[in-house]
Amino acid sequence: MTEQSGADILVEALCDLGVEIVFGYPGGAVLPIYDALFRSGRIKHILVRHEQAATHAAEGYARSTGRPGVVLVTSGPGATNAVTGITDALLDSIPMVVITGQVPTALIGTDAFQEADTVGITRHCTKHNYLVKDPAKLGAVIHEAFHIATSGRPGPVVVDIPKDVQVATAKYVRPGPIQHKTYRPQVKADPKAIETVVDMLAAAERPVLYTGGGIINAGPAASQLLRELVRLTGAPVTSTLMGLGAYPASGPLWLGMLGMHGTYEANMAMNEADLVIAVGSRFDDRVTGRLDAFSPNSRKVHIDIDRSSVNKNVRVDLAVIADAGHALEDMVRVWKSRQHPRPDLGDWMRRIEGWRAVRCLDFPEVGPDIMPQRAVRALWEATHARDPIITTEVGQHQMWAAQHFGFELPNKWLTSGGLGTMGYGLPAAIGAQLGNPNALVIDIAGEASIQMNIQELATAGQYRLPVKVFILNNEYMGMVRQWQELTYSSRYAESYSESLPDFVKLAEAYGWKGIRIETRDQLDAGIADMLAYDGPVMVDCRVSKLTNCFPMIPSGAAHTDMILQANEVSGEMDDEAKALV
Amino acid sequence: MREGSGEGLSANAAPFNLPSPDPSRQREGREIEMHIRPEPAERHTLAVIVDNEPGILARIAGLFTARGYNIESLTVSEITHDKAVSRITIVTSASPPVMEQIMAQLDRLVPVHKVVDLTVEGEHVERELALVKVAGVGEKRIEAMRLAEVYRGRVVDATTSSFVFEVTGSFQKIDKFVELMGEVGLVEVARTGIVAIARGRDAA
Repeated sequence: MTEQSGADILVEALCDLGVEIVFGYPGGAVLPIYDALFRSGRIKHILVRHEQAATHAAEGYARSTGRPGVVLVTSGPGATNAVTGITDALLDSIPMVVITGQVPTALIGTDAFQEADTVGITRHCTKHNYLVKDPAKLGAVIHEAFHIATSGRPGPVVVDIPKDVQVATAKYVRPGPIQHKTYRPQVKADPKAIETVVDMLAAAERPVLYTGGGIINAGPAASQLLRELVRLTGAPVTSTLMGLGAYPASGPLWLGMLGMHGTYEANMAMNEADLVIAVGSRFDDRVTGRLDAFSPNSRKVHIDIDRSSVNKNVRVDLAVIADAGHALEDMVRVWKSRQHPRPDLGDWMRRIEGWRAVRCLDFPEVGPDIMPQRAVRALWEATHARDPIITTEVGQHQMWAAQHFGFELPNKWLTSGGLGTMGYGLPAAIGAQLGNPNALVIDIAGEASIQMNIQELATAGQYRLPVKVFILNNEYMGMVRQWQELTYSSRYAESYSESLPDFVKLAEAYGWKGIRIETRDQLDAGIADMLAYDGPVMVDCRVSKLTNCFPMIPSGAAHTDMILQANEVSGEMDDEAKALV
Repeated sequence: MREGSGEGLSANAAPFNLPSPDPSRQREGREIEMHIRPEPAERHTLAVIVDNEPGILARIAGLFTARGYNIESLTVSEITHDKAVSRITIVTSASPPVMEQIMAQLDRLVPVHKVVDLTVEGEHVERELALVKVAGVGEKRIEAMRLAEVYRGRVVDATTSSFVFEVTGSFQKIDKFVELMGEVGLVEVARTGIVAIARGRDAA
C-alpha cells in the first residue's frame, strides 16, 4: 500500500464513513483538504457564507436525516465562528463532526497568522475533540470521531488538523469495528428496571409520558415504539420542544408541549400526575419551572442514555440508563408478555379534558391585523398534507410554531432548543433541504433572528434549494420585549427592530422571490403564492406587533402559576425573579 | 408604544377567568433585595483513572470550573509502565446532589476509565508531601530543627542560615507544620497536593 497525504486520508476516511455532503468554507489552513476534495470529486461540498451557518446547516441535515452532519472550516476565525453551532449541537445532542484546519505543528503556540487554540476553545463545547499531529493516526481518529459523535448521547466532535499533517504522507488502513478503550455507552437497560417501570405504569392512576429529543435521536423506530406504548397503556403524552413529532399532534392522547410556553393541559397534568416517565428528556429549567413545585405528587422515572442527566435538576425514583428506542422496545415487549390490560384511566382523562376545555392556545382576533398564531395555523393548513420540515429561529415565533404547527412525524421539526441560537433556522433549512431534496422545507422566522444569518440566502441560491423563509415580522425582538413588559414595566430597552430592511427587495437582490403579506385577507393567498413558486421564497408576513406568547410560566414559577392571557400580568418582578433566565 | 405603557394588550383580554399567577412574584415598584445563598458542602476525595492523552488535565480541571465545582487539591501522574494511564486525585467539596453530578460528569468524559469516590467507598489513606524552606540563625534555627524532628521532617538542603525540610503526612499535619515554621523563619513552601488510595487488598 502506498502512502498518501493526510488530506487524502481524511477524504478517503470520510468516503468510507458514507459522508456525502460537507458544509464548509475554505481558508489557508485547509487548502490541502480542499484540493483533496476537488481531486476526489466524491463528496459534495456546500459553500456557506459564514462558518456558523455551516454548523447549523450540518445540524439541520443531521436532525432531518438521522445521519451525522459534517463541517469543514479553516483555522482561527473559521474555527471560532463555528463555536456557536458546535455549542448548539452539544446542547441539543446533534451528531456532528467538525474538521478544522490548524497552523502547521511547528507554528502552534507562536500566535501565528489565523492561529487559535481550537482544541482549547472547543474542549467544553464538544462531546470530544482531537488535535491530530501524525497523519498515520488521522484515519483512525476520523473513524473514532464519527463513532463518538453518533453513538450514545450524540454530540459534536472536533478534529483539528495542522496544515503540515494534511500534507505529510502515511498509510491509511480502514479500521474495523471500533472497540473504544474507555467510551462504552450503555444502550440496553437493566431488564429489572424495565420490569419495574412497566409495573409502575400498569399500576398508575394518573400517568404522564414526558418525552424529549432523545426519542428523535433514537431514530424513527423509537417514535413508532412510543406510539405503540401509548396505545397499549393509554398514558397521555407531553413533549419537550426537542421531542415534538415523536408522538403525533393529532393523536388522542397528545397533551401538547409542556414547560414555559407549554399547554395548560400538559403542565396541569404534570402537576397532578402520580407517575411521570421521562424518556429522552432532561428536566430542563424551561420544562420544570420552580423545582420545588414541579410535579409534586408523582413518582418519577427517568429513561436516558446519559447518566449525568439523571438527578441533575430533579431527583427521580428510578433511573433507567438506556437508548430511548431500546428502552421503549423493552417496555412494549414486557407489557405485552405480562398481558397487562389497558388500564382504566377514565377519571384521569376526564380531568385532562377539563384542562383541555380551557383552550389555552386560543387567541383573540380583532381587525385586519394578522395574529402570529393565525399565520402559523394558516401555514399548517396549507402545508401539513406535504409533511413539511419546519425550522425556526429563536424567540416568540419559535414558540408559536411549536404551539400551533402540529407535528405528526419525527425529524420534521428542527429548532435550537438548549442554546436558543438566533440565526439557526435559515442554515438549518438549507441543510435539511440538501438531506431531503424533495421535501418542503420552511423556516418560520422572526425579523430579528433572520438577520443573524441572512447571508445564507446566497447559499440557497447557489445550490438552487427551494427553501421557504416565512418571517413573522412584528418589528420587535418579541420575546425580549415580552419579558421587558412582564418584568421591567414595559421599558423596552433596545428590543425594537430599528432600520429593518425591505425583506422583499432583499430577497430579490439575492435572486429569491419576495412576498409581503400585510393583512389577514392576504394570508392564504400569500402562502399559496409561496408554495406555488418552484424556488426559494422569503415571505415578509406583517403580524400584530405587541402580541405576547401565552401560555407562559414566568421563570422560576410553578406549573400552576401559568399566565394564560396578557391581562393577568404587568409591572415589575422582584429581584429573585429578575435573576432567573 | 415603545414608551411602554403596556396598553394595546387589552386586545388580548381573556374571555374567561383562570388561576392568576402568584402575586408575590410581582411587586409593583418595590425593591426586594436578592442575596446569593451558599450551599452546604462536604469534602470528598476522588480517584479518576484516565487515558493519558494530551489535554486530559485541562479537560478535567475545565469541567470543574465550567460547572462551578470546587477543587481543593488536584494531583496527577502516570501509573502504568507504558505511561498510557494516569491517576488523578481530586479533593473537592460539594453537597451530596452536586457530588453525584461530579461523579457522573467525570465518568462521561471520553478518556475516563473509572471514577471512584474514596470517601464513600470505604477507608482510605491520604498523604501529601511538602518542601518547606526556613531561614534563620541562632535560637530560631535550632527551634526549626527541633520542630522538624517532632514532625518527622527530613532535611534535604541546608546552608549555614537555612534549611529545606521534607515533610509527609495528612494535609492537616502539613498545615500545622507550615504554621509553626511561620514563627521560626518560613521563606516558602511547595506542596504536592493530596494523593490517596483505598485501604485493604483490592483496587478501588
